[in-house]
Amino acid sequence: MSQAPKQKYETVIGLEVHLQLDTATKIFCGCANKFGEAPNTLTCPVCLGLPGSLPVVNEKALEYAIKVGLALNCTINPFVKFDRKNYFYPDCPKAYQISQYDFPICRQGYLMIETAEGEPKKVRINRAHLEEDAGKLIHDDAHNCSLVDYNRTGTPLMEIVTEPDLRSADEAYRYLQDLKLTLSYLGVSDCDMEKGSLRCDANISIRPMGEQKLGTKTELKNMNSFKAVKAGLEHEIGRHFAMLESGQSIVQETRLWDEARGRTFTMRSKEEAHDYRYFPEPDLVPLMLDNITVEKVKASLPELPMQKRERLMQRYQLAAYDANILVQDPVLAALFEQCAARYADTKKICNWINGPLMKELNERKTPAATIGLTAENLADLIKRVDEGVLSNLAGKDVLTFMIDTGQSVDTIIKEKGLAQVSDDSALEKIVAEILQEHQDIADQIRAGKESAVGFLVGQAMRKTQGKANPKKIGEIIKKTLSQ
Amino acid sequence: MISEKDVKHVASLARIHLKDQEIGRLTKDLEKILDYIHKLNTLDVSGVQPTGHVLPLKNVYRKDAVRPSLAQQEVLKMSVEQQDGFFKVPKVIE
Repeated sequence: MSQAPKQKYETVIGLEVHLQLDTATKIFCGCANKFGEAPNTLTCPVCLGLPGSLPVVNEKALEYAIKVGLALNCTINPFVKFDRKNYFYPDCPKAYQISQYDFPICRQGYLMIETAEGEPKKVRINRAHLEEDAGKLIHDDAHNCSLVDYNRTGTPLMEIVTEPDLRSADEAYRYLQDLKLTLSYLGVSDCDMEKGSLRCDANISIRPMGEQKLGTKTELKNMNSFKAVKAGLEHEIGRHFAMLESGQSIVQETRLWDEARGRTFTMRSKEEAHDYRYFPEPDLVPLMLDNITVEKVKASLPELPMQKRERLMQRYQLAAYDANILVQDPVLAALFEQCAARYADTKKICNWINGPLMKELNERKTPAATIGLTAENLADLIKRVDEGVLSNLAGKDVLTFMIDTGQSVDTIIKEKGLAQVSDDSALEKIVAEILQEHQDIADQIRAGKESAVGFLVGQAMRKTQGKANPKKIGEIIKKTLSQ
Repeated sequence: MISEKDVKHVASLARIHLKDQEIGRLTKDLEKILDYIHKLNTLDVSGVQPTGHVLPLKNVYRKDAVRPSLAQQEVLKMSVEQQDGFFKVPKVIE
């Protein structure tokens, strides 16, 4: 082979994301929309599809769907209707899913992402529509049966479909991450892949470089985490390469990602599985979405991640890298801005949030929203460190304590006796003790080994439990020894 | 043209089991029905909005307010078989 396959072929990926909307009730009935309840305790005649029952659209679900569409730069269709998608499967008690076929709520949008090379890229959204989720099946191999829980049936679900614009597994991963971030800003879903609130299927094909026609695609399902999406796509792309390189052709089919075995395999399905025979849902009347309705939702849109990133960079002179970390968590971004209102050194604030604070959050495995750290306390802490009242090291201890107790920096300094000692006479006394204890090192320094000063500074810090001002200690050591 | 194969396909999609003699009769019937429907194709509807619904209604919503669900045992009464609060069905594999 003269050329590596990766340069010979171009990868083409389109993603279909299903997003559960976090409404109080289901999409067409008043059953609670809750995860983790006892099986079959959240159902009613409507979501079970019992004869004579009628669905009615949840206005909150519609509002959320419009919100998602606007955030993804979509056109909101003025005329919207629902359709029946017919299939027989035990997770669907009506034997049809209420979905949208030719008049979805949202069409033709896009999401801007950044490629691995740092280039902006527009990923086009073909459509985003509203539908109902199906029930949950548990396959019991031991008893050769399946168990069905209909609590999830009727959960509002949004399907967001991209154009085949993604060119690698990494790009798909980046799109998914940016999409999740945008959606989480909207507050319309918890976007939790592990819980199934956000699910992702992919259409994959490859074609010779320069070819316009799309290659035969396979659909990949069962990727249950961001990591799995990347791994599954990479594996499937590799399989396509290998097939074409060995002269075989790709069979259009649906495949499942097997996380444990690290491979994809054919999903057994009936031939006519995709013949859904859509027709208009006679139980639901159409929706006419006028400008006033759409504008009202538009006015409720929060600042989105990309906008926030740009603003943070401009207003606070943050580097793109720093701003990017901050926008990953709107709570941290808000904390940053509140601190910036109290203390001018925005770079320092950013470093404290993206450094020690993030470390604390990771160690505690807790989201920023749940800790009681106020911007006032954090800003004061940073100020005290910059003033030299606290050493950097002591400052980090104070942060830990601050998160635990919610106390102010000054209270903690006083109670723990953490104030940095900068008073000359006190420091000189400490240095004298250190030099006494380490005469050999002192001699080396006198003989010109400057690098040994650091060791003595460390000893002084240890003796004072981190309270000594290390810069001053160093100066005093050098001064004393040069006399 | 409707073939017997089409009728078999549609029947299997709808989970309707047909006897051989029914297939022949239904093929002819469906053919006639479709012929009749196809008359609509001769009309010019280029300026007509597709009908979404026959009722003169639009934008019917409900508030996002929780209403009581059915009790688990009430629901499971409708099952052929149940186990641990679940509907129990013959094993299905995707």
